[in-house]
Order: sequence, then structure tokens, then C-alpha cells
Amino acid sequence: MTMNTNTLPGRADVVVIGAGIVGNSLVHHLADLGWSSIVLLDKGPLPDPGGSTGHASNFIFPVDHSKEIVDLTADSMRQYEKLGVLTTCGGIEIARTEAREEELRRRMSSAVTWDIDAELIGPDRAVELVPFMNRDIIRLAFWTPSVAVVDPLQAGALMREQAAATADLTVSANTEVLGIETIAGHVTKVRTDRGDIETETVVVACGVWSPRIARMAGATIPLTPAVHQMIDVGPIPELAATGVEIAYPIVRDMDTFMYERQSGADLEVGSYAHRPILHDPEDIPSVAAAQLSPTQLPFTAEDFDPQMEDALELFGSILDREDAGVRHAINGLLSLTPDGSPLLGETPEVKGLWSAAAVWIKEGPGVGRMLAECMTHGSAEIDLHGADIARFYPNQRTRAHIRERTSEGFNKTYGIVHPREQWLSSRQQRLSPFYEREGVLGAEFFEVGGWERPHWYESNRPLLEEMAEFGHKFLQDRPHEWDRRWWSPIINAEHLAMRQRVAMIDLSAFAHFEVAGPGVLDYIQRMIVANADRRVGRLIYTPVLAPNGGFRSDLTVVRMADDRYRVITGGSDGARDAAWFSRNVPADGSVTFTDLTSATCTLGLWGPRARDVLASVTDDDVTDDGFGFATARHITVGTVPVLALRVSYVGELGWELHAPFDQGRVLWDIIAEAGAPHGIIPAGIGVYGTTGRMEKGYRLMGAELTSEYTPVDAGLALKKVKEHDFIGKDGYLQAREHEPIAEMCILTVDDHHDSSGMRRYPQGGEPILSVRGERVVDRIGRPSYVTSAGSGPSVGAYLLMAYLPVEQAEEGNRLLVQYMGERYPVTVARAGRTPLFDPDDSRMKG
Amino acid sequence: MEVLVCVKRVPASGGTPQLTDDGQRVDTRNLAFTVGPHEECAVEEAIRLVAEHGGAVTVLSVGPAEADEQLRYAISMGADRGVLVETGADELDPQATAAAITGAVRRLEAERAPFDLILFGNESPDAGNYQVGVRVACALGLPIVGGIKGIDIDDGARHARLRRDVPAGVEVYEVSLPAAAAVKEGLNLPRYPSMRGRLRARKAELDELSARLPDAGAGTGAGDIDTVPSEIAIGRGGLRKMRLRQPEEKRTETVVLGRGPEAAPAIVDILEELDMV
Repeated sequence: MTMNTNTLPGRADVVVIGAGIVGNSLVHHLADLGWSSIVLLDKGPLPDPGGSTGHASNFIFPVDHSKEIVDLTADSMRQYEKLGVLTTCGGIEIARTEAREEELRRRMSSAVTWDIDAELIGPDRAVELVPFMNRDIIRLAFWTPSVAVVDPLQAGALMREQAAATADLTVSANTEVLGIETIAGHVTKVRTDRGDIETETVVVACGVWSPRIARMAGATIPLTPAVHQMIDVGPIPELAATGVEIAYPIVRDMDTFMYERQSGADLEVGSYAHRPILHDPEDIPSVAAAQLSPTQLPFTAEDFDPQMEDALELFGSILDREDAGVRHAINGLLSLTPDGSPLLGETPEVKGLWSAAAVWIKEGPGVGRMLAECMTHGSAEIDLHGADIARFYPNQRTRAHIRERTSEGFNKTYGIVHPREQWLSSRQQRLSPFYEREGVLGAEFFEVGGWERPHWYESNRPLLEEMAEFGHKFLQDRPHEWDRRWWSPIINAEHLAMRQRVAMIDLSAFAHFEVAGPGVLDYIQRMIVANADRRVGRLIYTPVLAPNGGFRSDLTVVRMADDRYRVITGGSDGARDAAWFSRNVPADGSVTFTDLTSATCTLGLWGPRARDVLASVTDDDVTDDGFGFATARHITVGTVPVLALRVSYVGELGWELHAPFDQGRVLWDIIAEAGAPHGIIPAGIGVYGTTGRMEKGYRLMGAELTSEYTPVDAGLALKKVKEHDFIGKDGYLQAREHEPIAEMCILTVDDHHDSSGMRRYPQGGEPILSVRGERVVDRIGRPSYVTSAGSGPSVGAYLLMAYLPVEQAEEGNRLLVQYMGERYPVTVARAGRTPLFDPDDSRMKG
Repeated sequence: MEVLVCVKRVPASGGTPQLTDDGQRVDTRNLAFTVGPHEECAVEEAIRLVAEHGGAVTVLSVGPAEADEQLRYAISMGADRGVLVETGADELDPQATAAAITGAVRRLEAERAPFDLILFGNESPDAGNYQVGVRVACALGLPIVGGIKGIDIDDGARHARLRRDVPAGVEVYEVSLPAAAAVKEGLNLPRYPSMRGRLRARKAELDELSARLPDAGAGTGAGDIDTVPSEIAIGRGGLRKMRLRQPEEKRTETVVLGRGPEAAPAIVDILEELDMV
């Protein structure tokens, strides 16, 4: 009930470090959710402690391609508006190039998907809205009337006040954190220059300083401070005449990676086009030593000058004057992460230590609210999967990796980023034992979880001819460069060869955990939805739920012994799953958790001839009687001891062969040689992750599976609910009581031709519309959009996956998909879990 | 008229200056560099004078190679030419600085026209020795007045009227040209460079005069002042810096007197204590 500013309490429920927009929002929402004693610290003064919040440009463009970011931004805008610190001014994104025109059309699809009012406008309308722009260089513009500027410092002050009204909040400015103490990997105390505070929960919300603070507790927050340059030019009489802070829409000059916005009598010009300028968290000056503030560093004119010409070209009419001066210029520090997403959640290294870092002004309040929910209930209304700090593997948390990726990523801030785009820096970090063999075969490597994985093989190019009889129309290249970028028709040829013959697929990026001990059955039962009390050798595919009953993961569990289980999960979610499974290990020592990922390689062997191949290199019984579907056994392949799992993500007969990492190369060679007479081919993840998977309708974590959809929506609810309690059970039971609200469907694209007659291929993320062109939304407001897109060469159609409201989820129902500004007819081919290809799974189970 | 402005690259002020461990200099890792406010006014004044009377503004700096940033800034404001006498990273004392400037002025005047007016900042914001301008003027035999806050030029009569504030009022000096003046902040309101000006400055070619640094044990720079050498010899002045020390930090504590109306009595007490009510 108080806001004490003098003395620190000796104990608190939670200590939030950092009084920027995120920290302030967090204390507000924690207080709302009933946290009673809260301490908010900052080493700087209030109301502006000197972090990035104090110098941010404070504008918000609501449209993004990422659902998570869109939702966080929308929630933040609602909060800013409620606090009375939001001014709507509108915003225009300019295309100077043809590629950007296409990107703006793609943006329009995202705006439709997320129901954000937006419009593509021509140059005339653009200069009507912002009369100072050079009309001649504008080809197309994207107009978002709801773009706004906010006052995050004022928002922070109001949020602190609201928190103080409901909780015992201590705000302590000018307070330096000296250490964070832990016992047995759990936070116990925060030491400051004004005294120590005992607590079990600490949130690091101090932006560019976060790595430094987290390290005090032994955790890593993988971000780097980086420079974003901006200047203020004025006075400009036309702007001064408006008499307000902002009267004209904000302009993003997308192709030059710059923005221009009115700020009173000045025009602020900001850039993401200059070279990446990274700093070390340790080298940020103190508040006292900083000239302006610790995160407003001296302007380096030589980096910015080239961009001035671009600004003068677009805004020459008001900028190109001798009496309009550059009145303010800074190198502002902001936080960059290796993949560009925020760092939210409990750190994997230290229990009770939470990260709320790398957040922009446009997401700050929403992040505060969602994180407060996570800290209180274990999950949040918005799925924070992509921002989970636990997503990084140890090598991805290193300084070297962070610097390489952020250097590459900085100029993508306003860039056109293809959904399949691969990083070029910090590659070849994790290599499977098959890597060299794959390289010789011309593998095109994509990265997942730091691993190099073949996406397709150039050596399979001849299959484009050989497979023509089985799926001719899928073996053509796509006519539009965007549709074929990071793609090859060889993927479809590999797919057909696998379905005809047999394929070997490198799955070494899988994460493998072993959990064991006297308490393991109880533990594993608590972690997963399926019943784990099965006989030894049984393989269990199961959802893993968040406490609210939404999806957290889906993975495979094998009972290895009475007191031992193997957990196998995908490479992209392995680090998150490792954090989740190890964090939940009981404190009494009755269960051990061991990560076997780096000790294990995996080769998938699938196709009608898989059994023939395997039988020829093992003495073990691999007949259906001896080795049934959904079981796992140790076998010997040549000289290699293998844990074989009879399972498939591509719907074919076959096995995952898990082998000791050092013997992987031998395993590869044995299978390749034995497979040769059967026409074996190496196939890439293009088959495994897209074409094979989608023909079987398998759901992918992060695409179809998110915490916002229940297993019932996803069609993955199990027939029976086990007795044993498990995480998310209440929500799961609740969801089962009702008819599903939405259903996962497979749609086929009926006609690929755009208005110019070119065949186009949606890539995922596009809105699904009714035949009348209306958005399709379920009764709790969730819009239908394409969660995965890809070819189905064996079912003769291009496939889209999407949740549809149950009333629309009728096979044969006709709808539209909007892609790059045009609409294409689609038909619901499957509602629910039954696959399009081999609906009764006879191939896989035969 | 030809106007020369002498500027020095100094760390920008703002925060509390941090010192290097050896106490010999300010730690500038996180600092921007600038010219002092007096010198910024000198540049502005020169630009205005030339705009009114014709001619050109030359800006001269003696210092490290990075001082080109300050010369370009002056050019972005409107100066015509920048000249750098590069003397390395070590700071020169006022004698040596004056000798270098004197040598440079002789060189520039020998190559081109003589300067009608040489402007200095009254003192540098970092060292504050208050003497470089006077030393240069003496060496060149020019009249100089310090503390100047107003300059009027009479082209025809070839003289300048220089004004400065004194406690009792204003002093006005009349000097015949060529002359020198050390000016103070308040002389004018310096402009911000325009964007076009910055682009112009980025592309501008600076003149560099080569300098010969002193050999160990060499004498002062004073010996070179009567000649026009091809290379400007930098002597070692007589001033030695012993050590910089950080002043005792005054930590101010904020005392919260209360919130809302309940704070009023405490505020009244304070105001009474301060004799304000």
C-alpha cells in the first residue's frame, strides 16, 4: 500500500531490477495478480533511469509477420491507451523498389490475418498524408491508421503508482545491484549498495545491462547492446506550425532502413542501415560518467552521413535547408538477440531468476503482463514460445555467437526476411557424424538449433526425371523467385522416391534426455499427457502441456526400463524441453536428468523397402511380429549398437536408428551400402518436416501446436484420461468437456494462378477467408491462418494447414487464402486428425 | 576579409569526467569530442563576418589526427577551409601550442593572403590556461583583446571595434586590422549544421601541415617563430602536468517530505529555514 523510496525491506516476494517500461509494467501486473511485497530497483534516477526506454523513438507499428509480436504489441497499445499516454498519428511504410512492393503486399496479408486496419496506397495518397515527401520515389505505400506514439516514461510512473495502490511496493532508484546470491541453483538474495533483500524471485528487466546482472547469479541473458543512430533536424516551420508533438503520420522508408517522424518542430530521422555497432554490457558508462545518459553514446557521424542523402532524397522539401540544423544526434543503445526475438521467462540456469530483456517499447507493457501471468500461473494468455529465453543451446548463448548473429541481424530490422531464410554467420557449429558424407552428396544445409541439417541433396537431381511418372507437376521449379527461394523441387522428388523405395534421413539434431531413478514413473507421469506406465520397450507419442492446458511441446517417450525413460524431441525445441524437464525434476533426488543429445546421432530409415534394408544388416528380428509399431529395441546393425524406434513422422514403414555418436559414420555407410540395391536415397528435412509430415497431417510445435490451442482443438486429445495427475490436467479436462471450438484442418489449393497467370505458392502465415472474402474467426476470436504450407506430391495437391472454426471445418468446404495481394480458392480436404495420405496408416504399421 | 579561427578538440562535458589510472588525462572512452563553447561562437562569428564582408573562413586546429572531426564540424557550419597541424595524441602545453599555431599562420599567410582577423576562444574548456591567443598575437605582433562579446568591422577604415562586458558596464576597444581577439560564449548563438552542410563537410578536403615533434631534450618552440619553415617544429613548453585529481564527490540524498497535501507543512518548514517566506 506504500511507495517507499528510502529504505529497502529485508525481504520481498519479488525483486524487479530495472525501472524501464518492462520493469514498471511487470510490477504493475504482479501487484494486480496479488503479489504483495515487491521491490523495484534501478541504479539510475527516476523517472528516467538512463536505459533504452529514456531515448527510444516511442512509435508503434502494429503489423508484423510474427503472431507473438503482433499480440504483444496489440496488448501493449491497449495498455498505453488506457493509461492515456498513446497518441494515434498513423504510419506509412514506403516502397521504393519492386521487391519491397511485394513485401508490402505480404504485410497486407499479415494485417488481414491479425485484423489490423491497413491499406495499400499509391504515391498520391501517400503525399496527401505526408505532404513533404518526394512523390517521385514512392512506388507503393502501406498505410496503417492506428500507428501511434507513446510516452513510456509517463506510462512507467503511472504503472508504479497503480502497483503501489494494491501492493507493498518499494521503489528504490539510484540503487546499484552488487550481487545475486543462490543456493543449490535457486535465487535467495539480492545484494545492493543500500542493503540486502532476501527473495526467491528476481526479474532482470534492465535491458542492455541484463547480461551483466544475470551473470551475478550465474545465468546468461544472450543479448548485446547495439547502436541505433538517430538525429533531430529543425526547426522546420511547417512542423512548428502544427503546434503539437506529432501531427503527421510516421514514415518508414523501408528500402533505406530508415524512419522519419515529427517531433514538435523537428523531424527525427533514425536509421537501421548503418554498420552494426556492438557494445559490451561491461563497457556501458555509469550514470555519472555518461554525457547524456548511459545508453545515449556519442554520435559517430561517419556511420550516419551516408544515410542523410537518403533522408534528403525523400524529405528534401523540409530537410534540405541551411536553417534546419542537426540539433541532436545520438548513438542510442538497444538490445539485440541472436534471432531478433525477446528473452523472456525463467532462466534455464537459475531457478527463480527471470529474464524480461530485449523488449521494444511497442511490446513492453504486454511483456510485463504476460510475464506476470507466467510467474503467477506458469503460463500466459499469449504464447511466448518464440521469446522463451530457454530456446538457446549453450553454444548459442556465447558471446561469439551473439556477436556474429546480431551483426548479421541488425540490418534485417527493416529488411525483407524470407520465412525460410537461413543465417549465414556462426554456422557449422553442431555437425552430425554424417555431415561429411552429406557434403559430398551436395546437401543444401539448413540450420536448426545450431545443427547443420540437409534440407535436400543436389545428388538427387536425377530423381526429377526418374520420379516424373509419380508426380510430374510437383517436379517443376516454381516460377516466382520468392516462392522458390530456399526451396528446390528436388525435395518433392526425394519425397516420391521415399514413398516408392526407401530413404535415409539425418535426424541427429534431435534432443535426447534420459530420466531415471526410483521416482521416475511419478515424475514422467506428471510431465506428459499420455500414460507412461507401459511395458518396457513401449514408445509413447504425447503432448506436453503448459499449466493452462495449452501446448508446451509434443514428443516421444520410450520406457527403457522400469525406472528409466528416454525422451526424444525435435532440434528446434530441444533446449526449451531440456529446461522444462530438468526444472521439474523433484528436489528429493529421486530422479536424475541426463542430456544425451551430444552422445547420440539419429538416422531415419523409411519407405516400403526399409525392412528389407534393415534386415540385411542385422541379425535381430525386425519383422512386424518381432518388432511391432510403436516399440523400441536395442539391435545391432553391423558393428553398431543401435536403439531402434519403430515410428514414423513421414507415414512410412521404418525406424529411427539412434546410435552412439562416434559410430554414426559407420552406421551411415552400412545403411547406404545395404540400401543401394533397394534404390535408397538420402532425403532432407524438406521431406521430413514438410511434405511427408503434412501428407500425414502431423502437427508441428510452434506452428500448429501453441499454448493458445488445446489438444482437443489440435485433434491430439487421447481417448482416455489417465488417473495420474499431470501438468495442465485441469485445463485439459475442461477442454475435453466442451465440443472443440476450432479444428485443425488440411486444405488443398484448388488453383495456383494469380491474375497474371503465374503459379504462386503460399508459404505460411496467410489469412484464410470465406468465399466472400471475410476473415474466418472462431467464436473466441482466434483467426484462421495458414500454420504450415507445402507440397503433397503423393496426394496430388499443395497443402495448407489451418485451424478452422468447427462450423467451417467441413470436408469439401470452399474458402480462400490471401497471398501477396491476391486470393486463391482452397478446399477443406481433411478436418481432424485422419491423414490425407494413407488414412489408416497401413504403410507405417505394416 | 580573411578570418582564421583556432579551435581545440576537447572531450564534451556532460557527465562527471572520469580519469585514467595514471591521472594524466580524462578517460574519453565514452565521451564525444567537440570544440569549447567559446570557440563555437568564434566559428559562428567568423561565418557571419565573412557573410557580411566577403572573404573566407579558415579553421585551424593543432592536435591529434582525430581533430579533423572538429574541423569538419566547423565546415558543416559554414567555414570554408580546415587546416590541421597534427601533433599526435599527447597534449601540448600552451607555449608549444602557441608556437605551432604561430608557425602555421606564417605558413598559411606565406602561401595565401594574410589574415585580417584571428579568433580564439577565450580559454579552452579542459586546460583553461587563458594564454594561447595572447602568445600567438605577441609572436605575430598583432593587437589582441580578450573576453570579447561583440565584433564590428569597418572595412573601409581597416579597423575593428571589440566589445567586452566588465562588472561596471561595457568596454569598447578599437584595433586596426590585422588583429586578434579571444571571444567568449554569448557573442552570438551558434547555428546547428544543416544536413547538407554535414554532407559537404564529409567530402571536404582538409589541409594538413606537417609538424616535427621535439626530440628528447630539445628546447622550447620559441626559436622557430621568426622563420617560415616548411615543417612546423613543435617545441616542448615549460609547463608540466603533475596529476589530475577527481574532486570529492558530493552525494546528494533525496529526502521525501511526504505525498500530496500532507507534505505541505514540511515544505513550509524548509522554506522558512531558507528564509524564503
